[in-house]
Amino acid sequence: MRNQGGWLRSFSVLGLAFLYLPIAVLMVFSLNASRLSATWQGVSWQWYEMLWRDEALRTATGNSLLVAGISTVIVLLLGVPAAMGLERIRSRWRGFLEPIFLLPLVIPEVMMGVALLMLFVVLQMPLSLATVMIGHAAFNLPVAIVIIRARLQKLDPRLLEAAYDLGATPWQGFRRITLPLLFPALLGAMLLTFTISLDDFIVTFFVAGPGATTLPLKVYSMIKSGVSPEINALSAVLVMASMGLVGLSLLFQRR
Amino acid sequence: MMAPSAIARKARKEADGNATAWLLAPGVLWTVFFCLLPLSVIFLVSCATRGTYGGIVWDFSLDNYRDLLHALYGRIFGQSLLLASLTTIICLAMGFPLAYYIARLSPRRQAVWLVLVMVPFWTNFLVRTYAWIFILRTEGLMNTVLLKLGLISAPIEILYSNTAVVLGLVYGYLPFMILPLYAAIERVDRSLIEAAWDLYADRWSVFRRVLVPLTKPGIVAGCVLVFIPSLGAFITPDLLGGARSMMVGNLIQHEYLIARDWPLGSALSMVLMALVMGAMIWYFRAQSAADGKRRAS
Repeated sequence: MRNQGGWLRSFSVLGLAFLYLPIAVLMVFSLNASRLSATWQGVSWQWYEMLWRDEALRTATGNSLLVAGISTVIVLLLGVPAAMGLERIRSRWRGFLEPIFLLPLVIPEVMMGVALLMLFVVLQMPLSLATVMIGHAAFNLPVAIVIIRARLQKLDPRLLEAAYDLGATPWQGFRRITLPLLFPALLGAMLLTFTISLDDFIVTFFVAGPGATTLPLKVYSMIKSGVSPEINALSAVLVMASMGLVGLSLLFQRR
Repeated sequence: MMAPSAIARKARKEADGNATAWLLAPGVLWTVFFCLLPLSVIFLVSCATRGTYGGIVWDFSLDNYRDLLHALYGRIFGQSLLLASLTTIICLAMGFPLAYYIARLSPRRQAVWLVLVMVPFWTNFLVRTYAWIFILRTEGLMNTVLLKLGLISAPIEILYSNTAVVLGLVYGYLPFMILPLYAAIERVDRSLIEAAWDLYADRWSVFRRVLVPLTKPGIVAGCVLVFIPSLGAFITPDLLGGARSMMVGNLIQHEYLIARDWPLGSALSMVLMALVMGAMIWYFRAQSAADGKRRAS
């Protein structure tokens, strides 16, 4: 508090360092030439080359991108109308529907995973990449709704009213007014849900069928078989990818 | 008689009601089908019986819940509550000064710091946890550096322990604490703190008698947001914990995927769900109490 600026500042910088140091360490050591990964023996790109040649890793990357892509499309197709509906609905109904939509955000991921697994078992749906997509779309829907609604609340309602008064149909109003104004939020939501899907391990772990290995599942099995510089390299790639995507997402959301 | 535009407006209002229902229907159906229904299925399975070779036999019984009274499960639940509480307390102790610092910066720098706090949270959790294995293990970075510097003579064995689990959880969920605390502290009227100083309050009193009561909703929100995922944690205890650091999340995974006792796993999940709901109720109570106070003042 007062007269304490210096102390508080150092503490905060240390706190931030605590959040970043482990990631930074991994990135630096992914360039280490040594196989004994904690002693530094010069710079080398060999672990990245090794990743590039790994056939199984490529399949897993393909699976991850496919799952993230399709689940993001599902989330947007459901999320945009739902967010618009929640903004227009009477408040009594909103109070009822809001918690239902947001529920996936608060239940522990392990529960979400086993709940979906049991649903698929009871419905006798074979586990596959499709079940992973459904799972990802389920926990990402509230994320998209929150972002899109934040933007909708900032839109000027008079713009739509003016369009209607000039004889626009609701569809024209949506196409010409709402959608263009919503576009940054849509991009933001899209990038964020894509990243979350790409990074998800727990739900995928429970609902992925045989052969439906995604990147995080692959990383997990690599970690379980021991520390190696290859994992450091893969980690660095994943961290850079999510930071890039999230950075872009935040940029679009702020516009 | 209504003016033509008023008639049009009324017609539009009715059409609007219909349109709103159509807008919401797909999302509601999706959430009901892939979130509420699965949770209900877990509940039903928790009251069923395990088949001889795994699977579910639909014989109603509450035996699974009775089995949960076994000392082993009690120990794991107790341990999870303890580790999650410790994590929450450490996050609060670290998060409050940080959030306070951020809230007192210029708006421009606030935005930068908030992004910096959020970004690690959006990177792969598995990878961030793995980073700690790399740092903490016997031949890891920390021991290598300390040994070379001659600060220790034998490696510190900290990985695969409860200490490592709490460290990993704090690291993973600290941003969840900072963000709501920041939001609450940022809203506090500075003149109230100035007034406390002017009345010769010491630092501790300003903190305890002014800042804490005014930011209570933020404190509760932060604690709930850290406590819930810590309680249900799976990756952190799985990767950083030892044989004795099992938490509920690991137990549930074990029952489902290894022991293949789905009914028992489901009963465990229901208990976890009840604990989560308890935390949520505490949260909503604190929020509505704060709202009531704000409205009354």
